[in-house]
Amino acid sequence: MTGQELLDSLGESLKEKLQQKSEFRGETSYVIAANDLREIAKFCQDELSFDYLIDVTSIDNFGEEPRFEIVYHLYSMPHAAHLRLKLNVPEEAGAVDTVCDIWPTANWHEREIYDMMGLKFNGHPDLRRILMWDGYPFFPLRKDFPLEGLPSEMPDVAFTKVTPLEGGPFVTVPSTATSKDREPRARPPEL
Amino acid sequence: MPEIRATAYDSKIEGNIIFTRFDAALNWVRKNSLWPMPMGLACCAIELMAAAASRFDIARFGAEVMRFSPRQCDVMIVAGTVTYKMALAVKRIYEQMPEPKWVIAMGACASTGGMYRSYAVLQGIDQLLPVDVYISGCPPRPEALLAGLIKLQEKISRERSFRNQKPELAEKLEEALS
Repeated sequence: MTGQELLDSLGESLKEKLQQKSEFRGETSYVIAANDLREIAKFCQDELSFDYLIDVTSIDNFGEEPRFEIVYHLYSMPHAAHLRLKLNVPEEAGAVDTVCDIWPTANWHEREIYDMMGLKFNGHPDLRRILMWDGYPFFPLRKDFPLEGLPSEMPDVAFTKVTPLEGGPFVTVPSTATSKDREPRARPPEL
Repeated sequence: MPEIRATAYDSKIEGNIIFTRFDAALNWVRKNSLWPMPMGLACCAIELMAAAASRFDIARFGAEVMRFSPRQCDVMIVAGTVTYKMALAVKRIYEQMPEPKWVIAMGACASTGGMYRSYAVLQGIDQLLPVDVYISGCPPRPEALLAGLIKLQEKISRERSFRNQKPELAEKLEEALS
């Protein structure tokens, strides 16, 4: 079976559960409902041999509804095919089901999303922070969290202070202009 | 021709006795065997390892004995980005080092936070520890670390070690001598 046939068979088997198909450079993405995640994930792993969960990422579309998005990047080793599953997660929900038991590698990916974005995973065996320390009160990758951070204090564990940005953040501009135009300068976000 | 009389010199014991100040001798001993605590936290640690290896050979300055126990260290080389998560651990290791002790902040990150103007990074280890020598660079070359080490040696050789370490005894001696 080629990768394309594999994706076609997925489309036929779960036709009513896959929404908004999009293709980019030969890679297929579907938007799915949060309730169907485990069923589709199991099907992809057991029947379609999507045996490799490359990454689980999360997006904060701050100011839009639904606010959060979780993206599962799947790969099939035997068929060399990519598949992306996208979940919309409203802020009120704040949690989705875990896929740790289907792909064990999801364990740390989900912990990272919990740590950075504050989304929880139902049924996760060990949902602790992975980068920041237990007790850190913020979720730093949320769009409403300032780049310079917020002060916090956990006695004998860690503390944070606000970082002096001096008019920053200093960012480059992607363009074909001269390096003088592209070089990093203080470009505060337009609010 | 007047006879030259040696007051503190005896040719019979030539080469066996040297007169010097106590501080000078103590500092000389200290500065030439600075055992580093390699607090390697990022890419600066790679340059620190290079400085210890044969091409740059930090052993020429008596600082080749990298000890991974703070109890046996004299100088902590903070080499790399100090995150807030690591900050208190670095401070604790520093506190476990016996006196006298010194700190080298190696590289931009350890000195000021470097390019990490971020919520997660301590903006310079001098917010927690008394730093003796800052080394610029991102990362500094091993030569820069060696230059920093030599600067620290110069600083140590100017210290009033005896008075710093035993202030009461120093005062008593001064009273007795005056």
